[in-house]
Amino acid sequence: MWIKIFKRTLLTIIISSLCFTSNLFSNEIIVSEKSPIKSINHAIQIAEAGDKIFIKSGYYAEGNIIVDKQITIIGTDDPVIDGKDDGEIFTVTADNVQISGLVIKNSGTSYLKENAGIRLEEVSNCRISNNKFVNNFFAIYLAKSSSCEISNNYIVGVKKRESNSGNGIHLWYCRDVSINNNTILNHRDGIYFEFVRNGRIRNNYSEGNLRYGLHFMFSDSCEYRENTFENNGAGVAVMYTKNVLMEKNYFRHNWGTASYGILLKDISDSKISFNQFEENTVGIFIEGCSRILVQKNDFRKNGWAIKLMANSMGNIFNENNFIANSFDVSTNSKQNFNTFEKNYWSSYSGYDLNKDGYGDVPFRPVTMFSMIVEKQPTSLILLNGLFIKLLDVAESIIPALTPEALTDSKPRMRMINEKSDF
Amino acid sequence: MKLMNKILRYEIHNTIRNKWVIIYAFFFFFVGYALFAFSGDVNKAYISLMNIVLIIIPIVSLIFGSIYLYNSREFVEMMLSQPIDRKSLFLGIYFGTTIPLSLSWAAGIFIPYLLFAKNYQQFDGLIMLIIIGTALSFVFTAIAFLISIRQDDKAKGLGFSLMIWLLLAVIYDGLILLVVYFFEDYPLEKVMIGLSITNPIDLARIIFLIKFNISALMGYTGAVFQNFFGSMLGIFISIFFLLIWIVVPIFLSTKSFSKKDF
Amino acid sequence: MKNLTFDGLIEIINLKKFFGKTEVLKNINLSIEAGKVTAIVGPNGSGKTTLIKSVLGLVKPSSGMIEVDGENINNNFTYRNKIGYMPQIARYPENLTANELLSLVKQLRNSSDLNAGDLIKSFKLSDELEKPFKNLSGGTKQKVSATIAFAFNPKIYFLDEPTAGLDPVSSSFFKDLVLKEKQNKKTIVLTSHIMSEVQELADEIVFLLEGEIRFKGTIDSLLQNQKETKLERAIAELMNEAMP
Repeated sequence: MWIKIFKRTLLTIIISSLCFTSNLFSNEIIVSEKSPIKSINHAIQIAEAGDKIFIKSGYYAEGNIIVDKQITIIGTDDPVIDGKDDGEIFTVTADNVQISGLVIKNSGTSYLKENAGIRLEEVSNCRISNNKFVNNFFAIYLAKSSSCEISNNYIVGVKKRESNSGNGIHLWYCRDVSINNNTILNHRDGIYFEFVRNGRIRNNYSEGNLRYGLHFMFSDSCEYRENTFENNGAGVAVMYTKNVLMEKNYFRHNWGTASYGILLKDISDSKISFNQFEENTVGIFIEGCSRILVQKNDFRKNGWAIKLMANSMGNIFNENNFIANSFDVSTNSKQNFNTFEKNYWSSYSGYDLNKDGYGDVPFRPVTMFSMIVEKQPTSLILLNGLFIKLLDVAESIIPALTPEALTDSKPRMRMINEKSDF
Repeated sequence: MKLMNKILRYEIHNTIRNKWVIIYAFFFFFVGYALFAFSGDVNKAYISLMNIVLIIIPIVSLIFGSIYLYNSREFVEMMLSQPIDRKSLFLGIYFGTTIPLSLSWAAGIFIPYLLFAKNYQQFDGLIMLIIIGTALSFVFTAIAFLISIRQDDKAKGLGFSLMIWLLLAVIYDGLILLVVYFFEDYPLEKVMIGLSITNPIDLARIIFLIKFNISALMGYTGAVFQNFFGSMLGIFISIFFLLIWIVVPIFLSTKSFSKKDF
Repeated sequence: MKNLTFDGLIEIINLKKFFGKTEVLKNINLSIEAGKVTAIVGPNGSGKTTLIKSVLGLVKPSSGMIEVDGENINNNFTYRNKIGYMPQIARYPENLTANELLSLVKQLRNSSDLNAGDLIKSFKLSDELEKPFKNLSGGTKQKVSATIAFAFNPKIYFLDEPTAGLDPVSSSFFKDLVLKEKQNKKTIVLTSHIMSEVQELADEIVFLLEGEIRFKGTIDSLLQNQKETKLERAIAELMNEAMP
């Protein structure tokens, strides 16, 4: 009996408190051509913290929309917010804002101001998800913000020149931001980080951007997993940073005169593993880096799998597959302070008499020809010629030009299979 | 023309039964089989095949061509005592040698491709390989014929053929490299293109590089070559030079053949 | 009636041939009469084969003119329709068969009057026709040569050491063949080192030494000149006179 009464009372309390909450904190405001509230600005004006604004299908061109309240904006049936190529569209200055389901287009190109589709300015706990960004100067711009999430957005720019094209997702002085499942096409840089801490970038697809698919500087302790970077003008550039983790990403078809799967410049204490590099002009370009672990990656059919500049040291290249690259490793010096071990090299032709799975003769991944090409780039036209092959064979017997210390003393006899060995 | 066709038919008949031509076909068959069946990747197979084609076809065409013509000496005398003009006879023998020779190696790689290449991917690559290899067969058989007509001494003629091969396949590239080192301060891309298209082996190699080693060629200097050889003009010039390499030795050797005493 | 006198006449006028600096034929003037067997004799290296090859167009003269049956042979190849030639050494593409070669020559000559059947029978070649040349003996190849030379019923024959590789039976048959063609008023030019053979077959004899014609005339006139009964001795004396 008592129990029954208790239950009933509890239920009453819960129900009434739910009603109370919704009444007090969460008004729903509907913006539509048919509803009394026809503009988003108007809706924001009358909204209070905690309200939800539903924007119905339609066309809204209201210039700059400032979101300065803790509200949730939800588009239903793809409402179009048009910036008409003039100025910024959404500027978010309040915490806990969520924006989703919108089609945001045409933020204004400017040489003075970085106009964005959505800008988050000094906020935290915001979420931008499931939006479509079309032809914006910058699509999503986060400045001095923290604990935000950018996910499931489809971002497409119109290819212009590098100078009048902005970035897809741009972060400046941010921390604890996660960027998941976005598609970014045809911007200047797909994803751009500067002074970011603890960013987590996962499962994004960045293709056809004019400069870099991913570009970050001074952004320590960030993680990049399962992203695909394809056909970007210069691949991925990573500079002046430590504690980077890049895992299971796919770098493909980054072709061009200065194009890289990854360009690493002044990076230290980082890990690059389980990534695939396929048909890039250069798989990884490493300059001034130290203590990077490059492990269990696949390098396939790249022009140069790894270009390792002499000012790099203490880097470890372990258990990678190097398959059918024109050059496996090239360097610009006779010195080497890095370690290569237990990699599989498709160009290795040694033998394994003791059957331990590792070749008995060390492998020298740096060929004489790669040194020649480093010094005299035009000699590249001799690639695959018989003379060059003879030269490489001679050099591998009596090294004269190539760094003697750069050898893989335990080259694997068989390719490392992703499923069983990784 | 009619007379040439008659000779051509007989020559093809004769050459196709030559044991070396058969061995040649089997060589390419086994290489093709090994590459298509076991390398897993057709592109990789093509690159390996191209390396083999670039080395084997010129040297086999040179040696087979000159030995063949030396051994045909009596046949040539016999034919010349018959009512046939020398040009028809010579061209008949030339095409009667090159066509079976090309068919032999082309069939040698085509059959394993049909049998073992998965999904018949990259068929255009195979066609390209066959066209380039055939062009090389024509070029180097023509050179071999020119040598064996001009040089009656079989040993000297063979030695000369080998020298030509060594020069074009190996030494030429070494000389290019020397040029690169000597004139390193000058922009050499155009010179390099010029030097490369004047050597048929280099020309064939580069056309193939552009198709299959594209990643490396997209680098800064590579892009210059890519832009040239990938352009319509570049393709036209490349084909033109390959044709020159076929036509000029044929023309010279036909002329020598017409004046020769048997 | 056919005018036999000028039929098959070969005229060689001021013929010179150099191989490098060596003058192999020194201003040869020779008229070979139709309907006769002319033997060209001389020691090795005297220029017999070069002379024959010049007429055939195998060797290009350094200077001079050659006419065969009224046709200048320079830049001409159709005149060879009138010639049957048996080379000194018979060698053929090793994978071809005699049958294929015969039909090739038949096609080149556009000739329908192929009377090879009798020759093949007489030379006992029928079993050899389908074998590639690499499996045939030197003598057999020589018989194939003879067959090709005689099969097309030409006006003129050039036979360079024709009996050298033949067995006595074939050799005897071959000589009968030559005599038969002589009776058919064919013009026959042959070289041989076997003087009895020359004496047996030839009407005219041309003695060639170091590229020059030292004697031309009938065998009888040569024997009379040298006061000999055997041709071999007469020739030997001619050589001794030339090289004291």
